Amino acid sequence: MNFEEELRKGKFTIPECLSCKKIIWPPTEFCDVCNSETHLKTGQFTGKIIEFSKQNEEYFCIVEFADSFRLMAKMKSNPKKGQIVKISECGIYKENYFFHII
Amino acid sequence: MNKVGIAGYGITPFTKEDQKIESILHKSANSLFKNNQEIDKNQIDAVLVSTNNDSKYLSPILSEMVGIQPKIAHTIESLCNSGTNSIVSAFSYISSGLADMVLVSGAERFDSPGQILEWDNSRGEFKHPIFWASIFSKSYKREFGVSNEDLAVVSVKNHKHAQKNPNALSKKTYTVEDVINSKKLTDDLRLLDCSRPCTGGASILLASEEMSKKISDEPIWISGIGQKTTSAGFTKNESLFSMNSTKIASESALKMANQNIKQIDVAEIHDAFSVCEPMALEALGFSKPGEGINLIKKLHETNDFKINSRGGLIGCGHPLGATGISQTIEIVQQLQQTAKGRQVDEPKIGLVHNMSAAATSSTVLVLEK
Repeated sequence: MNFEEELRKGKFTIPECLSCKKIIWPPTEFCDVCNSETHLKTGQFTGKIIEFSKQNEEYFCIVEFADSFRLMAKMKSNPKKGQIVKISECGIYKENYFFHII
Repeated sequence: MNKVGIAGYGITPFTKEDQKIESILHKSANSLFKNNQEIDKNQIDAVLVSTNNDSKYLSPILSEMVGIQPKIAHTIESLCNSGTNSIVSAFSYISSGLADMVLVSGAERFDSPGQILEWDNSRGEFKHPIFWASIFSKSYKREFGVSNEDLAVVSVKNHKHAQKNPNALSKKTYTVEDVINSKKLTDDLRLLDCSRPCTGGASILLASEEMSKKISDEPIWISGIGQKTTSAGFTKNESLFSMNSTKIASESALKMANQNIKQIDVAEIHDAFSVCEPMALEALGFSKPGEGINLIKKLHETNDFKINSRGGLIGCGHPLGATGISQTIEIVQQLQQTAKGRQVDEPKIGLVHNMSAAATSSTVLVLEK
Protein backbone atom coordinates (compact mmCIF):
# COMPACT_ATOMS: atom_id res chain seq x y z
CA MET A 1 0.00 0.00 0.00
CA ASN A 2 1.65 3.20 -1.10
CA PHE A 3 -0.91 5.91 -1.66
CA GLU A 4 1.73 8.60 -2.17
CA GLU A 5 3.55 6.59 -4.83
CA GLU A 6 0.34 6.40 -6.86
CA LEU A 7 -0.51 10.04 -6.16
CA ARG A 8 2.91 11.13 -7.46
CA LYS A 9 1.96 9.41 -10.74
CA GLY A 10 -1.27 11.45 -10.82
CA LYS A 11 -3.45 8.50 -9.78
CA PHE A 12 -6.10 8.93 -7.06
CA THR A 13 -6.76 5.72 -5.14
CA ILE A 14 -8.81 4.93 -2.05
CA PRO A 15 -7.26 2.92 0.80
CA GLU A 16 -9.43 0.10 2.10
CA CYS A 17 -8.91 -2.51 4.82
CA LEU A 18 -8.22 -5.94 3.31
CA SER A 19 -10.11 -7.64 6.12
CA CYS A 20 -13.10 -5.51 7.25
CA LYS A 21 -13.30 -3.38 4.04
CA LYS A 22 -13.41 -0.09 5.96
CA ILE A 23 -12.11 2.91 3.97
CA ILE A 24 -9.11 4.34 5.80
CA TRP A 25 -8.52 8.08 5.44
CA PRO A 26 -6.01 9.68 5.64
CA PRO A 27 -4.16 6.80 3.95
CA THR A 28 -2.24 4.54 6.33
CA GLU A 29 -0.88 1.02 6.16
CA PHE A 30 -3.17 -0.40 8.82
CA CYS A 31 -6.90 -0.36 9.56
CA ASP A 32 -7.85 1.79 12.57
CA VAL A 33 -10.57 -0.72 13.56
CA CYS A 34 -9.19 -4.25 13.06
CA ASN A 35 -5.47 -3.41 12.57
CA SER A 36 -5.27 -5.45 9.37
CA GLU A 37 -3.31 -4.25 6.35
CA THR A 38 -4.90 -1.91 3.82
CA HIS A 39 -4.82 -1.93 0.03
CA LEU A 40 -5.61 0.65 -2.63
CA LYS A 41 -8.86 0.63 -4.58
CA THR A 42 -8.54 2.00 -8.09
CA GLY A 43 -11.24 3.43 -10.33
CA GLN A 44 -13.04 6.61 -11.38
CA PHE A 45 -14.43 7.82 -8.07
CA THR A 46 -17.01 10.55 -7.75
CA GLY A 47 -17.38 12.92 -4.82
CA LYS A 48 -19.94 15.40 -3.53
CA ILE A 49 -19.25 19.08 -2.78
CA ILE A 50 -20.05 19.75 0.87
CA GLU A 51 -18.93 23.40 1.07
CA PHE A 52 -16.73 25.83 -0.85
CA SER A 53 -15.25 29.31 -0.90
CA LYS A 54 -13.22 31.29 -3.42
CA GLN A 55 -9.78 32.90 -3.57
CA ASN A 56 -9.10 35.14 -6.55
CA GLU A 57 -10.55 33.30 -9.55
CA GLU A 58 -10.39 29.78 -8.12
CA TYR A 59 -12.70 27.90 -5.81
CA PHE A 60 -11.58 25.63 -2.98
CA CYS A 61 -14.07 22.95 -2.03
CA ILE A 62 -14.66 20.34 0.68
CA VAL A 63 -15.46 17.18 -1.27
CA GLU A 64 -16.80 13.96 0.26
CA PHE A 65 -15.97 10.59 -1.31
CA ALA A 66 -17.69 7.24 -0.77
CA ASP A 67 -19.93 8.79 1.94
CA SER A 68 -16.82 8.35 4.05
CA PHE A 69 -14.01 10.89 3.88
CA ARG A 70 -13.44 14.47 2.81
CA LEU A 71 -10.59 16.39 1.21
CA MET A 72 -10.04 19.91 -0.09
CA ALA A 73 -9.83 20.35 -3.84
CA LYS A 74 -9.54 23.17 -6.36
CA MET A 75 -12.25 23.88 -8.92
CA LYS A 76 -12.21 26.43 -11.74
CA SER A 77 -15.91 26.60 -12.60
CA ASN A 78 -18.67 27.77 -10.24
CA PRO A 79 -19.39 24.94 -7.74
CA LYS A 80 -22.72 24.15 -6.17
CA LYS A 81 -23.31 22.55 -2.78
CA GLY A 82 -24.23 18.88 -3.35
CA GLN A 83 -22.72 18.84 -6.86
CA ILE A 84 -21.22 15.51 -7.93
CA VAL A 85 -17.63 15.89 -9.16
CA LYS A 86 -14.63 13.79 -10.09
CA ILE A 87 -10.90 14.32 -9.72
CA SER A 88 -9.43 15.65 -12.97
CA GLU A 89 -5.86 16.03 -11.78
CA CYS A 90 -3.96 15.16 -8.62
CA GLY A 91 -0.42 14.77 -7.42
CA ILE A 92 2.23 15.99 -5.01
CA TYR A 93 3.87 19.37 -5.53
CA LYS A 94 6.57 20.64 -3.14
CA GLU A 95 5.57 17.85 -0.68
CA ASN A 96 1.91 19.01 -0.63
CA TYR A 97 -0.91 16.90 -2.04
CA PHE A 98 -3.12 18.65 -4.60
CA PHE A 99 -6.49 17.67 -6.01
CA HIS A 100 -8.37 19.38 -8.87
CA ILE A 101 -12.01 18.56 -9.56
CA ILE A 102 -14.44 19.04 -12.43
CA MET B 1 -8.26 15.08 43.99
CA ASN B 2 -6.20 17.79 45.67
CA LYS B 3 -7.31 21.40 45.09
CA VAL B 4 -5.10 23.42 42.70
CA GLY B 5 -4.76 27.18 42.68
CA ILE B 6 -3.23 29.85 40.50
CA ALA B 7 -0.83 31.70 42.77
CA GLY B 8 0.97 34.07 40.40
CA TYR B 9 1.44 35.19 36.82
CA GLY B 10 3.67 37.24 34.53
CA ILE B 11 3.24 38.37 30.93
CA THR B 12 5.11 40.23 28.18
CA PRO B 13 3.66 42.66 25.64
CA PHE B 14 2.56 40.93 22.40
CA THR B 15 4.53 42.46 19.52
CA LYS B 16 5.97 41.80 16.05
CA GLU B 17 9.53 41.95 17.43
CA ASP B 18 12.23 39.49 16.42
CA GLN B 19 13.24 37.95 19.78
CA LYS B 20 14.83 34.64 20.69
CA ILE B 21 12.35 32.12 22.10
CA GLU B 22 14.54 31.65 25.20
CA SER B 23 14.47 35.40 25.82
CA ILE B 24 10.65 35.58 25.56
CA LEU B 25 10.29 32.69 28.02
CA HIS B 26 12.74 34.28 30.42
CA LYS B 27 11.01 37.67 30.29
CA SER B 28 7.56 36.32 31.20
CA ALA B 29 8.92 34.03 33.95
CA ASN B 30 11.01 36.88 35.34
CA SER B 31 7.93 39.10 35.33
CA LEU B 32 6.10 36.42 37.34
CA PHE B 33 8.84 36.29 39.99
CA LYS B 34 9.09 40.09 40.20
CA ASN B 35 5.29 40.32 40.68
CA ASN B 36 5.27 37.63 43.38
CA GLN B 37 8.13 38.14 45.83
CA GLU B 38 6.70 35.49 48.21
CA ILE B 39 7.62 32.66 45.85
CA ASP B 40 10.57 30.51 46.94
CA LYS B 41 11.85 29.46 43.51
CA ASN B 42 13.65 26.46 45.00
CA GLN B 43 10.30 24.91 45.90
CA ILE B 44 9.16 24.73 42.27
CA ASP B 45 8.86 21.02 41.47
CA ALA B 46 8.12 21.26 37.75
CA VAL B 47 8.72 23.65 34.86
CA LEU B 48 6.51 23.14 31.80
CA VAL B 49 7.14 25.08 28.60
CA SER B 50 4.32 25.62 26.11
CA THR B 51 5.45 26.39 22.57
CA ASN B 52 5.42 25.30 18.93
CA ASN B 53 8.97 26.57 18.47
CA ASP B 54 11.49 24.09 17.07
CA SER B 55 14.20 24.89 19.65
CA LYS B 56 15.13 21.97 21.87
CA TYR B 57 15.25 21.41 25.64
CA LEU B 58 13.50 24.69 26.41
CA SER B 59 12.23 23.73 29.85
CA PRO B 60 15.65 22.85 31.28
CA ILE B 61 17.00 26.00 29.57
CA LEU B 62 14.34 28.18 31.22
CA SER B 63 14.96 26.45 34.56
CA GLU B 64 18.67 27.22 34.32
CA MET B 65 18.01 30.84 33.32
CA VAL B 66 15.77 31.45 36.36
CA GLY B 67 18.18 29.56 38.64
CA ILE B 68 16.22 26.49 39.63
CA GLN B 69 16.62 22.71 39.43
CA PRO B 70 13.10 21.22 39.18
CA LYS B 71 12.30 17.52 39.44
CA ILE B 72 10.20 17.65 36.26
CA ALA B 73 11.02 19.73 33.17
CA HIS B 74 9.61 19.28 29.68
CA THR B 75 7.88 20.96 26.73
CA ILE B 76 4.24 20.58 25.72
CA GLU B 77 3.06 21.20 22.14
CA SER B 78 -0.50 21.02 20.88
CA LEU B 79 -0.63 23.84 18.29
CA CYS B 80 -2.89 26.69 19.44
CA ASN B 81 -4.05 25.11 22.70
CA SER B 82 -0.57 24.18 23.92
CA GLY B 83 -1.04 26.73 26.74
CA THR B 84 -4.09 25.21 28.37
CA ASN B 85 -2.76 21.69 27.76
CA SER B 86 0.26 22.75 29.81
CA ILE B 87 -1.97 24.12 32.55
CA VAL B 88 -3.93 20.85 32.62
CA SER B 89 -0.65 18.90 32.91
CA ALA B 90 0.49 21.16 35.75
CA PHE B 91 -2.88 20.68 37.46
CA SER B 92 -2.48 16.91 37.15
CA TYR B 93 1.01 16.90 38.65
CA ILE B 94 -0.25 18.87 41.64
CA SER B 95 -3.62 17.17 42.17
CA SER B 96 -1.91 13.76 42.06
CA GLY B 97 0.65 14.84 44.64
CA LEU B 98 3.64 14.51 42.31
CA ALA B 99 4.33 18.24 42.59
CA ASP B 100 3.47 21.03 45.00
CA MET B 101 4.28 23.97 42.76
CA VAL B 102 4.57 24.15 38.95
CA LEU B 103 5.76 26.98 36.70
CA VAL B 104 4.05 27.01 33.29
CA SER B 105 5.64 29.31 30.70
CA GLY B 106 4.35 29.78 27.18
CA ALA B 107 6.13 31.61 24.38
CA GLU B 108 6.04 31.97 20.63
CA ARG B 109 7.70 33.97 17.89
CA PHE B 110 5.82 35.79 15.09
CA ASP B 111 7.16 33.20 12.62
CA SER B 112 5.96 30.13 14.56
CA PRO B 113 5.99 26.83 12.64
CA GLY B 114 2.77 25.97 14.49
CA GLN B 115 0.69 28.02 12.08
CA ILE B 116 0.71 25.24 9.46
CA LEU B 117 -0.12 21.58 10.21
CA GLU B 118 2.03 19.93 7.53
CA TRP B 119 0.63 16.44 8.25
CA ASP B 120 -2.92 17.37 7.25
CA ASN B 121 -2.70 16.41 3.56
CA SER B 122 -6.48 16.13 3.30
CA ARG B 123 -6.39 19.91 3.02
CA GLY B 124 -4.50 19.50 -0.27
CA GLU B 125 -2.78 22.75 -1.23
CA PHE B 126 -4.99 24.69 1.23
CA LYS B 127 -3.06 24.17 4.45
CA HIS B 128 -2.99 27.76 5.69
CA PRO B 129 -5.58 28.40 8.44
CA ILE B 130 -7.34 31.07 6.34
CA PHE B 131 -8.81 28.25 4.25
CA TRP B 132 -10.51 26.36 7.07
CA ALA B 133 -11.64 29.71 8.49
CA SER B 134 -13.17 30.60 5.10
CA ILE B 135 -15.01 27.29 4.94
CA PHE B 136 -16.30 27.73 8.53
CA SER B 137 -17.42 31.29 7.69
CA LYS B 138 -19.19 30.28 4.50
CA SER B 139 -20.90 27.34 6.17
CA TYR B 140 -21.94 29.35 9.26
CA LYS B 141 -23.31 32.20 7.12
CA ARG B 142 -25.19 29.76 4.90
CA GLU B 143 -26.68 27.78 7.81
CA PHE B 144 -27.84 30.74 9.91
CA GLY B 145 -28.34 33.56 7.41
CA VAL B 146 -25.49 35.60 8.89
CA SER B 147 -23.67 38.29 6.84
CA ASN B 148 -20.04 39.41 6.58
CA GLU B 149 -21.12 42.61 8.35
CA ASP B 150 -22.54 40.58 11.25
CA LEU B 151 -19.28 38.66 11.67
CA ALA B 152 -17.23 41.88 11.41
CA VAL B 153 -18.70 43.00 14.77
CA VAL B 154 -16.49 40.37 16.47
CA SER B 155 -13.37 42.09 15.20
CA VAL B 156 -14.70 45.58 15.97
CA LYS B 157 -15.55 44.55 19.56
CA ASN B 158 -12.30 42.75 20.24
CA HIS B 159 -10.05 45.48 18.82
CA LYS B 160 -12.00 47.92 21.02
CA HIS B 161 -11.38 45.77 24.11
CA ALA B 162 -7.68 45.45 23.21
CA GLN B 163 -7.23 49.22 23.56
CA LYS B 164 -7.75 48.73 27.32
CA ASN B 165 -5.04 46.05 27.42
CA PRO B 166 -1.51 47.51 27.40
CA ASN B 167 -0.02 44.14 26.34
CA ALA B 168 -2.22 43.74 23.24
CA LEU B 169 -0.80 43.85 19.71
CA SER B 170 -3.68 45.98 18.39
CA LYS B 171 -3.31 49.71 18.96
CA LYS B 172 -6.31 50.80 16.87
CA THR B 173 -10.08 50.57 16.82
CA TYR B 174 -11.98 49.74 13.64
CA THR B 175 -15.51 50.08 12.27
CA VAL B 176 -17.55 47.38 10.54
CA GLU B 177 -16.77 49.18 7.26
CA ASP B 178 -13.04 49.06 8.05
CA VAL B 179 -13.26 45.28 8.52
CA ILE B 180 -15.29 44.76 5.33
CA ASN B 181 -12.90 47.01 3.35
CA SER B 182 -9.72 45.41 4.74
CA LYS B 183 -7.71 43.15 2.44
CA LYS B 184 -9.85 40.41 0.95
CA LEU B 185 -8.08 37.11 1.64
CA THR B 186 -10.90 34.97 0.23
CA ASP B 187 -14.56 35.62 -0.65
CA ASP B 188 -15.43 34.78 2.98
CA LEU B 189 -12.53 36.26 4.96
CA ARG B 190 -11.00 39.73 5.34
CA LEU B 191 -7.65 40.51 6.95
CA LEU B 192 -9.31 42.12 9.98
CA ASP B 193 -11.34 38.94 10.56
CA CYS B 194 -8.07 37.22 11.50
CA SER B 195 -5.96 37.02 14.63
CA ARG B 196 -2.33 37.78 13.82
CA PRO B 197 0.70 35.63 14.66
CA CYS B 198 3.01 37.55 16.98
CA THR B 199 5.83 37.39 19.51
CA GLY B 200 4.84 37.07 23.16
CA GLY B 201 5.14 35.18 26.42
CA ALA B 202 2.97 34.39 29.43
CA SER B 203 3.77 32.51 32.65
CA ILE B 204 1.57 31.19 35.41
CA LEU B 205 2.32 29.50 38.72
CA LEU B 206 0.07 26.66 39.87
CA ALA B 207 0.28 25.35 43.42
CA SER B 208 -1.40 23.10 45.96
CA GLU B 209 -4.06 24.60 48.21
CA GLU B 210 -1.66 25.11 51.12
CA MET B 211 1.10 26.58 48.95
CA SER B 212 -1.34 28.81 47.01
CA LYS B 213 -2.62 30.35 50.23
CA LYS B 214 0.95 30.87 51.45
CA ILE B 215 2.05 32.69 48.27
CA SER B 216 -1.07 34.62 47.32
CA ASP B 217 -3.59 36.69 49.27
CA GLU B 218 -6.21 35.82 46.69
CA PRO B 219 -5.49 32.57 44.83
CA ILE B 220 -7.82 31.62 42.00
CA TRP B 221 -8.94 27.98 41.94
CA ILE B 222 -9.20 25.76 38.89
CA SER B 223 -12.54 24.08 39.60
CA GLY B 224 -13.31 22.58 36.20
CA ILE B 225 -11.34 21.05 33.33
CA GLY B 226 -12.76 19.64 30.11
CA GLN B 227 -10.86 18.51 27.04
CA LYS B 228 -11.81 16.78 23.82
CA THR B 229 -9.92 15.89 20.65
CA THR B 230 -12.15 14.74 17.79
CA SER B 231 -9.43 14.43 15.11
CA ALA B 232 -6.23 16.06 13.84
CA GLY B 233 -7.40 16.70 10.30
CA PHE B 234 -9.70 19.63 9.52
CA THR B 235 -11.82 17.67 7.02
CA LYS B 236 -12.80 15.17 9.74
CA ASN B 237 -15.03 17.88 11.32
CA GLU B 238 -18.53 16.49 10.82
CA SER B 239 -20.13 19.92 11.06
CA LEU B 240 -18.53 22.99 9.48
CA PHE B 241 -20.73 25.47 11.39
CA SER B 242 -20.41 24.16 14.96
CA MET B 243 -17.61 23.08 17.30
CA ASN B 244 -18.19 19.56 18.60
CA SER B 245 -14.93 19.30 20.57
CA THR B 246 -15.75 22.56 22.37
CA LYS B 247 -19.27 21.40 23.23
CA ILE B 248 -17.98 18.17 24.81
CA ALA B 249 -15.10 19.91 26.63
CA SER B 250 -17.47 22.54 27.99
CA GLU B 251 -19.93 19.98 29.34
CA SER B 252 -17.08 18.11 31.09
CA ALA B 253 -15.58 21.27 32.61
CA LEU B 254 -18.90 22.61 33.91
CA LYS B 255 -19.83 19.20 35.33
CA MET B 256 -16.51 18.94 37.16
CA ALA B 257 -16.98 22.47 38.56
CA ASN B 258 -20.61 21.71 39.44
CA GLN B 259 -21.66 24.88 37.62
CA ASN B 260 -23.75 25.74 34.58
CA ILE B 261 -22.98 28.19 31.81
CA LYS B 262 -25.42 30.81 33.19
CA GLN B 263 -23.22 31.13 36.25
CA ILE B 264 -20.17 32.20 34.21
CA ASP B 265 -19.52 35.93 34.69
CA VAL B 266 -16.57 36.40 32.35
CA ALA B 267 -15.01 34.28 29.58
CA GLU B 268 -12.05 34.17 27.23
CA ILE B 269 -13.02 32.65 23.88
CA HIS B 270 -10.63 31.37 21.19
CA ASP B 271 -11.50 33.84 18.39
CA ALA B 272 -8.74 32.82 15.98
CA PHE B 273 -11.06 34.24 13.28
CA SER B 274 -14.28 36.26 13.60
CA VAL B 275 -16.55 33.28 12.95
CA CYS B 276 -14.93 31.29 15.78
CA GLU B 277 -16.41 33.53 18.47
CA PRO B 278 -20.12 32.93 17.74
CA MET B 279 -19.43 29.25 17.00
CA ALA B 280 -17.65 28.87 20.34
CA LEU B 281 -20.32 30.80 22.28
CA GLU B 282 -22.91 28.42 20.86
CA ALA B 283 -20.86 25.29 21.58
CA LEU B 284 -20.20 26.44 25.14
CA GLY B 285 -23.93 27.07 25.70
CA PHE B 286 -23.85 30.86 26.05
CA SER B 287 -26.15 31.07 23.00
CA LYS B 288 -28.46 28.79 21.05
CA PRO B 289 -27.18 27.64 17.61
CA GLY B 290 -27.15 30.59 15.21
CA GLU B 291 -27.67 33.18 17.95
CA GLY B 292 -24.07 33.78 19.01
CA ILE B 293 -23.77 36.85 16.85
CA ASN B 294 -26.82 38.44 18.57
CA LEU B 295 -25.09 38.07 21.95
CA ILE B 296 -21.88 39.55 20.53
CA LYS B 297 -23.75 42.56 19.09
CA LYS B 298 -25.55 43.14 22.39
CA LEU B 299 -22.29 43.01 24.37
CA HIS B 300 -20.65 45.42 21.92
CA GLU B 301 -23.54 47.87 21.91
CA THR B 302 -23.73 47.94 25.73
CA ASN B 303 -19.92 48.07 26.10
CA ASP B 304 -20.07 44.89 28.19
CA PHE B 305 -16.61 43.26 28.40
CA LYS B 306 -17.91 39.83 29.53
CA ILE B 307 -16.54 38.01 26.46
CA ASN B 308 -12.87 38.46 25.53
CA SER B 309 -12.17 41.40 27.79
CA ARG B 310 -8.44 41.43 26.96
CA GLY B 311 -9.29 41.74 23.25
CA GLY B 312 -9.34 38.07 22.35
CA LEU B 313 -6.87 36.63 19.89
CA ILE B 314 -8.00 39.14 17.25
CA GLY B 315 -7.16 42.13 19.44
CA CYS B 316 -4.24 40.74 21.45
CA GLY B 317 -2.44 38.83 18.72
CA HIS B 318 -1.92 35.07 18.80
CA PRO B 319 1.49 33.84 20.01
CA LEU B 320 0.31 30.22 19.91
CA GLY B 321 2.11 28.72 22.93
CA ALA B 322 1.36 31.76 25.10
CA THR B 323 -2.29 32.27 24.12
CA GLY B 324 -4.01 29.80 26.47
CA ILE B 325 -1.88 30.98 29.40
CA SER B 326 -2.58 34.63 28.56
CA GLN B 327 -6.33 33.87 28.40
CA THR B 328 -6.11 32.22 31.84
CA ILE B 329 -4.19 35.18 33.27
CA GLU B 330 -6.95 37.49 32.03
CA ILE B 331 -9.60 35.51 33.90
CA VAL B 332 -7.39 35.51 37.03
CA GLN B 333 -7.10 39.31 36.78
CA GLN B 334 -10.85 39.64 36.25
CA LEU B 335 -11.66 37.47 39.29
CA GLN B 336 -9.11 39.36 41.40
CA GLN B 337 -10.64 42.61 40.06
CA THR B 338 -7.32 43.98 38.84
CA ALA B 339 -8.23 44.24 35.13
CA LYS B 340 -8.50 48.05 35.38
CA GLY B 341 -10.18 49.68 32.35
CA ARG B 342 -11.53 46.35 31.09
CA GLN B 343 -12.81 45.09 34.46
CA VAL B 344 -16.15 43.27 34.44
CA ASP B 345 -18.49 44.04 37.37
CA GLU B 346 -17.58 41.79 40.35
CA PRO B 347 -17.15 38.44 38.55
CA LYS B 348 -17.01 35.29 40.70
CA ILE B 349 -16.68 32.52 38.10
CA GLY B 350 -14.75 32.65 34.83
CA LEU B 351 -14.18 30.36 31.87
CA VAL B 352 -11.33 29.85 29.39
CA HIS B 353 -11.86 28.33 25.94
CA ASN B 354 -8.71 27.45 23.98
CA MET B 355 -8.68 25.28 20.85
CA SER B 356 -6.46 23.93 18.08
CA ALA B 357 -6.55 23.35 14.33
CA ALA B 358 -10.10 24.25 13.28
CA ALA B 359 -11.60 23.13 16.60
CA THR B 360 -10.38 19.55 16.22
CA SER B 361 -9.22 19.84 19.85
CA SER B 362 -10.58 22.03 22.65
CA THR B 363 -9.81 22.79 26.27
CA VAL B 364 -12.23 24.49 28.64
CA LEU B 365 -11.23 25.63 32.13
CA VAL B 366 -13.50 26.96 34.89
CA LEU B 367 -11.86 29.30 37.40
CA GLU B 368 -13.29 30.52 40.70
CA LYS B 369 -12.38 32.89 43.51
